[in-house]
Amino acid sequence: MTAPILEVEDLVVEYGGRAALRAVDGVSLRIAPGEVLALVGESGCGKSSTARAVIGMEKPHSGVVSYRGGGVPALGLRTRPAEFTAMQMVFQDPNSSLNPRVRVAQQISDGARAARSRGVTSARPEEWLEAVGLAASFARRYPHQLSGGQRQRVAIARALAARPDLIVADEPISALDASAQASVAGMMRTLCLDSGAGMLFISHDLSVVRLMADRVAVMYRGRIVESGPTPLVWADPVHPYTRDLLAAIPHPDGTGTLPAAPAAESPTAWSEHIPAALDRAA
Amino acid sequence: MNLLLPARVAPRRRRRIPAAWRTPLAVVGVVIAAGWLIVALLAPWITPHDPLAQEMPRLQAPNAEAIMGTDANGRDVFSRLLAGAQTTIPLALMLVVCAMLIGTVVGAVAGYLGGWVDEVLMRITDMVMAFPTVILAMVIAAALGPSIMNAVIAGIIVAWPQYARITRSLVLSLRHQNYVIAGRLLGYSPFRSLRVDILPNVGGPVLVLAALDIGTAILLLSGLSFLGLGAQPPTPEWGAMISAAMQHIDAWWLGVFPGLAILTVVMAFNFIGDSLRDALDPLAAAERPAENAVADADADAAAATDAAPGGAAAASAPVASAPAPGLPEEAVR
Amino acid sequence: MNALTISDLRVELGPRGARSEVVRGIDLALRRGAVQGLAGESGSGKSMTAMAVLGLLPAGGTATGSIRLGDEELIGMSTRRYRTVRGRRIGMVFQDPSASLHPQLTVGAQLTDVMRAHLGLSRTLARTRAAELLDRVRVPHPEAALKKFPHQFSGGQRQRVAIAIALACDPEVLLADEPTTALDVTVQAGMLHLLRDLAIERDLAVLLVTHDLGVMSAVADDVAVMRHGRIVESGTRAQVFTAPAHEYTRELLAAMPDAQEPLIDTTIAGEDHR
Repeated sequence: MTAPILEVEDLVVEYGGRAALRAVDGVSLRIAPGEVLALVGESGCGKSSTARAVIGMEKPHSGVVSYRGGGVPALGLRTRPAEFTAMQMVFQDPNSSLNPRVRVAQQISDGARAARSRGVTSARPEEWLEAVGLAASFARRYPHQLSGGQRQRVAIARALAARPDLIVADEPISALDASAQASVAGMMRTLCLDSGAGMLFISHDLSVVRLMADRVAVMYRGRIVESGPTPLVWADPVHPYTRDLLAAIPHPDGTGTLPAAPAAESPTAWSEHIPAALDRAA
Repeated sequence: MNLLLPARVAPRRRRRIPAAWRTPLAVVGVVIAAGWLIVALLAPWITPHDPLAQEMPRLQAPNAEAIMGTDANGRDVFSRLLAGAQTTIPLALMLVVCAMLIGTVVGAVAGYLGGWVDEVLMRITDMVMAFPTVILAMVIAAALGPSIMNAVIAGIIVAWPQYARITRSLVLSLRHQNYVIAGRLLGYSPFRSLRVDILPNVGGPVLVLAALDIGTAILLLSGLSFLGLGAQPPTPEWGAMISAAMQHIDAWWLGVFPGLAILTVVMAFNFIGDSLRDALDPLAAAERPAENAVADADADAAAATDAAPGGAAAASAPVASAPAPGLPEEAVR
Repeated sequence: MNALTISDLRVELGPRGARSEVVRGIDLALRRGAVQGLAGESGSGKSMTAMAVLGLLPAGGTATGSIRLGDEELIGMSTRRYRTVRGRRIGMVFQDPSASLHPQLTVGAQLTDVMRAHLGLSRTLARTRAAELLDRVRVPHPEAALKKFPHQFSGGQRQRVAIAIALACDPEVLLADEPTTALDVTVQAGMLHLLRDLAIERDLAVLLVTHDLGVMSAVADDVAVMRHGRIVESGTRAQVFTAPAHEYTRELLAAMPDAQEPLIDTTIAGEDHR
């Protein structure tokens, strides 16, 4: 197996001083180049905190984040060294992801410039716009002239223009119209794989993840409870939380079937630790 | 004040004057302020009499020769009024610009760097703000020696802290915006981040403050001159003219005209400041004849649907377009 | 007789000189004991339809046409009269429970307030009823819950409280605008069961507005699909989902993840797990 582009070992992230809240409680994962790993879970499970720790926005309490075998510098006051611009992020909220006063083309060019600073070529902004499904004429527009979905595509184009080898996407489709979510997620996968990058795709939406993530890790209360190849976890979930999570998804099949509701708000079974559910082999 | 994208679609950029500027208030303000600025520029050439010459009969009520009368020294009040504009208005503008520059830099540095730098700068700011503005200005002007330039310096010293505060709080909130972080991830230096991502988006509220501050500056300079700490005789200055008028209460024209001049200029700049603020306020924007009428309606309708669990995006993301499902929102035609 | 009948409803919004029609003549009927779904994407006008029924259009918005609640016409009703209808004959639940509940009043106070205002109940009677309502919406320990503040509950429980308030005065109609969109999927599942049960046992006419077709399929008996202010398709749930007549409905359904082919390699140990 090729060397992983990202390796996280026993990551612990805590917030708050005295009453420290453990948002991430010992998470380990691995992403190979050309692979999409989805990190799924509901609100408060720690998936966003994991993403932020990976790119250096949060300082881990303990544990190791290895990008290309080395550490990740904290995103503090120092300028990010050029080699780390190969790690890019796509955020959840399209409305704050773009500078309101800068034209679309300029923002995408910033991405391209980061690629060139590493000696990697990047396409023109117009080409990136077309790659994400927008007309090249959007290049001259300002963000306020675009809809939320279009802004998100521009944000994706900007991240891709930097020719990353790792993309961390934190709920990138949640703020889009339901009808666009699957296609944008698919587009992200395709573009990512075409360039041989790896992607950490964070989402609460298992249905979309099923379509475009090679492997999935299910998080609950700061821990990964189940992980493995997506079709396997989907077809044969082992951990009680994964099972309840899958069973709770309503399907638009017209039968009027109510999804199964968990027995309680947070059943104790969900906190069980089942080693066999982790790193399941195909 | 939320400067970021109001999440509406504007299909074309309009070239007409934005709606906020079409209000009567804004028009009146701009006209009067422009008028006074022209006067300030042209004063030496348009005064009917020499403002300093003491040739005319003293304490004459307004008449054909001197339409605003003459003062105790035989000078034409009208000419002194016009010349006073040239004294006060440019200096008030300079005061505000300098205070704004100093304050913005202090606030941006404090907000961006945080830590002890922030603490030190903010304590200095607090110390200056702790003093009543006018009294502190008076003390400084008196200490430096009565002159109009020293009055301006005193004014700058008391005015910069408010710019520092507002800039700092704006920078603090913008620092964590996704696009700022995206810039850092692309290798922006902190300096570039500040310059390109943060400060341009700070500009709006700061400019509003500055516009509203011009009136205050004029009042401050006039006030200091009134007290003898600013413009010295024989320089024509409105505040000083009012001060001199107190010796001759029954010669009403000596005080009323300079007073009206101050009133009109200050109000004009206040109207401009208010209009600027309304133009920038996204809430007020919702009530204007919109550049985005259809999008507004869609935005109301869409508020419920475009949200993520946890509602993080709900507050800010009404989406105006309804893309063909499964297809890119903007199909290439 | 239908609990609520909407005929040729048109809603116009926007300031003078820049009006736009967001609802362009729709007909809809709600019958008691059934859930009528109103589906559509953002900008379709479905939320504005709900707002028109509640008489809560934004400033300057106008509604024309007819909305009959039983034998009363709601369009053109005076504000004062509307206040006796809203909350009493029509209950409403919105997307964000944090925004619908008063953060500084106890849950008990919010429940009893609405009952005493509309039904004139005594304090004791209102309290008893409030506890019953909380029990009915399955909030644990109802008596103790009455004394708590909204922030002491989880998101799902807050939404249940909001439903309890909506049902406090035994309305004929329940209007739910994206009631589960802000909830986690496991919490949503419980909420969907609750909505279905309540519709049946309280003989409510429910108007469920949502963009989520999965939710629609689970709970709605009848479905109407809106686009650009018009209803492009309506029928029973089975009809609309399994045999959609309109192109737009077909596109919406095709865009759902369930309808799409995975892009990943779905073979595991030689078997295809699509």
